[in-house]
Order: sequence, then structure tokens, then C-alpha cells
Amino acid sequence: MESFLNRYRSITVLLLVVLAQLVLIAVQVKNDQDVRIIRVWTVTAVTPVARIVEALRGGGSALVRNYILLRDAHEENRRLQAELDRLKLDNTYLKNQMNLADRAKALAVFQSHTPSRTVAATIIGMGAGSSSKVVFVDRGTVSGVERGMAVVTPDGIVGKVIAAYPTASAVLLITDPDFAAGVMSQKGQVRGTLKGQGTPICKVDYVPFEEKIEPGEWLYTSGDDRIFPRGFPAGVVKAVRSAQPFKEILVDPSGMARGLEDVLILVEGVHQAIPDTPPTNQPVYIAPPPPADSVPPPDQPGTPVGTEADRLRAQYKAIGDAQGHKFGEGVPGSKPPDFNLKPPGPVGTPAAGSGTGAGSQTPGAPPASKPAAPPGGASR
Amino acid sequence: MSYTGGHILLSSQREGQVSRFPAWVMLLVPLAAILFQVYVPLFFQFLGFLEMPLLVVVYFALMRRSQVSGLLVGALVGLAQDSLSKNPLGMLGIVKTLVGYFAASVGVRLDVDHVLIRLPLAFFFFLFHQFFYWVMARALLGQQLAFEAQRTLVLGLLNAVVGVSLFHFLDKLRKSS
Repeated sequence: MESFLNRYRSITVLLLVVLAQLVLIAVQVKNDQDVRIIRVWTVTAVTPVARIVEALRGGGSALVRNYILLRDAHEENRRLQAELDRLKLDNTYLKNQMNLADRAKALAVFQSHTPSRTVAATIIGMGAGSSSKVVFVDRGTVSGVERGMAVVTPDGIVGKVIAAYPTASAVLLITDPDFAAGVMSQKGQVRGTLKGQGTPICKVDYVPFEEKIEPGEWLYTSGDDRIFPRGFPAGVVKAVRSAQPFKEILVDPSGMARGLEDVLILVEGVHQAIPDTPPTNQPVYIAPPPPADSVPPPDQPGTPVGTEADRLRAQYKAIGDAQGHKFGEGVPGSKPPDFNLKPPGPVGTPAAGSGTGAGSQTPGAPPASKPAAPPGGASR
Repeated sequence: MSYTGGHILLSSQREGQVSRFPAWVMLLVPLAAILFQVYVPLFFQFLGFLEMPLLVVVYFALMRRSQVSGLLVGALVGLAQDSLSKNPLGMLGIVKTLVGYFAASVGVRLDVDHVLIRLPLAFFFFLFHQFFYWVMARALLGQQLAFEAQRTLVLGLLNAVVGVSLFHFLDKLRKSS
């Protein structure tokens, strides 16, 4: 170091002296913005250094935070993973509860609005046998359930009761090969027999090949089978194949589209008209009835009610009464009442203070305000 | 000291030896040059072209053959001039510092006792001084000064002629070896 300084002593001294004088100038001179050059130089020189220092500090801090202090990350990861699993289970449980509540609400709404008398039941078991589609519900003869009753949900028909026990009943589902029900298409009123196939898809038999029925069309119960009342949704046509002598029609049943936990047993079915529009699968919201005290009070005397014509009629009647005029009794050419007078009472603005009255009529003067003429040509 | 004609580059230990001056010379001569620069043009305006402090700095830097000494003399003289002018302190100081440094650097390698060396050196350093001052005035002070090259060349020539005479006079003040 010493030899280096000796070797470059002159240039070092030169640089120092020049630098010192530059600083001296910078202290004295101001730039265009009236800021001393020494301040400009200092800020210009310090700012990049400060930026670098800050970048190094931030980088070092991030290095320490993201790499060196990660020794507990594995344990924390395991803990968070366990917590995530638990939350997933909770979420699933809550979703199921919400789904159950929605179904129960939809069932209750449907039950309260269908004209048929129903009994709500819950699926409590599945029938034995791999191919049979039989379920058991928790309602039986005690609840009025009998063999042959229809079982539905708000989305459509589900099956029919094939055996009724005191506290439970066996229901043959719509997808069972032994199930059959009379159905009718919504558009063309094409009749057929809905049958189960042992699969989630049903079929409709006995539809002549010349009948017109299209995929996407809704099928409703026709009521011909004496089990299902007419007008209950059965399903949507999924595919139609032309065949002789009957069409091959596959139907996606709608009654079990949203699961099968709660059903309604039609204790007393009522036929309904087949709707023009397909049913919506959304639960129907029914607003509560208005409270008793919100019923409008009876009409106050003098309060204009009814239409605008009624109000005008009452106004003219009041004017006529105030002037002793009776509408319909005057002869042609008789003096009409002055309709410019303010009618007394609450029908219009009180005439008090207006300076006009029954004795200050101005015959022949044109009415200044609407209406321009009394109804029915004044007093004829 | 006698001049040996035809020797421009240093060729002997004698020619390369450092010239020494009494302390009062080192103190009074620059002071006199500054006072000359300040007062003489008041009475003899035509002498205002003379840059006596610059010539003194060049002389001492050339003769002492020490870069550090040369730049310090230049810095002190320049700062003194700045303090007597309206310039910010350091403008002439930096310029004369550089002049002193480079003049000393030249003095190390050339036989600066030769009049044919002194004349172009004085001319060159005057131009360097004026040009570098112009650069610094534009760069640091933002002054839009015009560099009159022709006038500067003429003044440089006049200063060089006067400088050679001044150098000859100042040679008399050297300590004898």
C-alpha cells in the first residue's frame, strides 16, 4: 500500500486537490432549481448506494427469512395439511347439511302447494337383490300409506309403493325393470308407457313410429295407470330411435336427479293439467303472507278512491251539491253549475278565501282550469 | 546557469537537477503576480491581457520539477485569484492546479531552461488555461461563454513572449547550486 501511494503520489495529490476544489465550488454554486450543486452531487452519489444497500439488506433479509429460518417449515406444513384435511371434512359435512336442508325445504314447499294429499317419508333402507330397485321408507299403514300409492319428489315421480307395513313401506323405483307408468309428452301429447331397465335410464314403450317426439321434450304422467295422477313430471327424453312398430325412446328420469333421501307418498292424488313450460329444478321461494295489520284501512270519507274518473265524478258531484244543482234534472238551456268553484270538503281545495261562492258565479265565463266541461254535457 | 544550445531533452544530471528558490521568492513572487493582475489593469488597461499568476505558476512548476509542488502552487495561486474575483472559489484553483501539475510533468522530461522550450510551453499552458476555464465555466456554472479562439491565440502568444522575459528575470532569483 505504501509503495502504491509512493508510486502514484503525485496523481493522488492532484486528484485530492482537484476534488477538494470541486467540492468547494459545489458548496458555493447553485443549479437552476436554486439547489446547491454539492447537494445535488451528494444525493446523486448517495441514492444509488442507498438503493444498493437497501437491495442487499432486503435480499439478505429474504434469504434469512425464506431459507435459513425454514427449519420449522416441514412441521408447520404437516400441521397445516392436517388442518386442511379436517376443514375439508367439515366443509363436506356442511355441504351435505345444506343440501339436506334445501331438499327438505323444496319438499315442504311442494307438499304445501300440490293439490294432492301427501305424506313425507324418508328412505331408510335399500331392498335386497342386485337388480331390484326397491327402497324402504319410514311411513307405513299407520300413516295412511297403502300398496299402489305413488311416490314422488318435487322433481318428478320416483316409484310406487309395492308393500305397506305398519311403520314402513317398500317402494319400487322408477328404474326397476318391473316398473311401468303411463306418460304423455308435453308438446305432442304422445302417450306411452314408461318402464325401468335396471339402469339409471328408463325407456318409453308403445309409442307408434309415426308419432312425433323429440329429444329434450318433457314427459308427464298421463294418469292412465290409475297410480300416478296426471301432470307429474316423469323425465326428459334423452334419445329417440325409429323402429317398427314402436319408437325406442330413452328417458332420463327427473325424480331422482338430485338424490333420493326424502320423498312424498301421494295418499290422495289429484290430477293436474300438464304445464306448458318445463318444470324448473330450482326450489321455489314462496314469500310469507302479509301481516294482518298491514291491510289498508277502510276508506276515509271524502278520500278519493278508485280511478281518475271516479275522482272527477266525486269532485263534480260535490260542486253540484254546493250550488244546489242536481245532475240529470236540468232542462236544455238551463244554467249549468259553475265548475270553476272550488269544491268544498276534502275532495278538492276548500273554497274558503277564494272569493267565489254560490252567489258569485260568472255565467258564460270559460272555465279556467281543467276539466273544461262537466261530464255528460252538464245538466241535462 | 548556462544554456547549451541544441539540448532540448534532459541529458545530464546537471540539467535535471531541481531549481530551488528562497522562501521569500516563493511567497512574494506569486503575491506580486496576483497584485499585478488586480491593480495594474486599473491604471494600464492595455496590460489586462497579461496572465501573470499563470506565468508564475508555470515557471515554478517547470523549474521545481515536482508535480506535487507544482499543483500546490497552482492551487494556492488559483484560490487566491478566486478569492479576489467574483468567481466561486475553486474555478481558477482547479485550472491552475492542473496547469501546475502538467507543467511540472513536462519540466521533468524537458530542458525547460531553453528559451525555445519556454516559449511554446508558456503559449500552450495559456491556451490550456483559457480553454479549461471555459469548459469549467460552462459545465459547473452553466455560463454560456464564447471561446474566442483567434483572440486567445494572440493573447497566448503575447503572454508567451512576456513569460519568457519573466522567466529570465525569475531565473536570477534561484538559489545558486
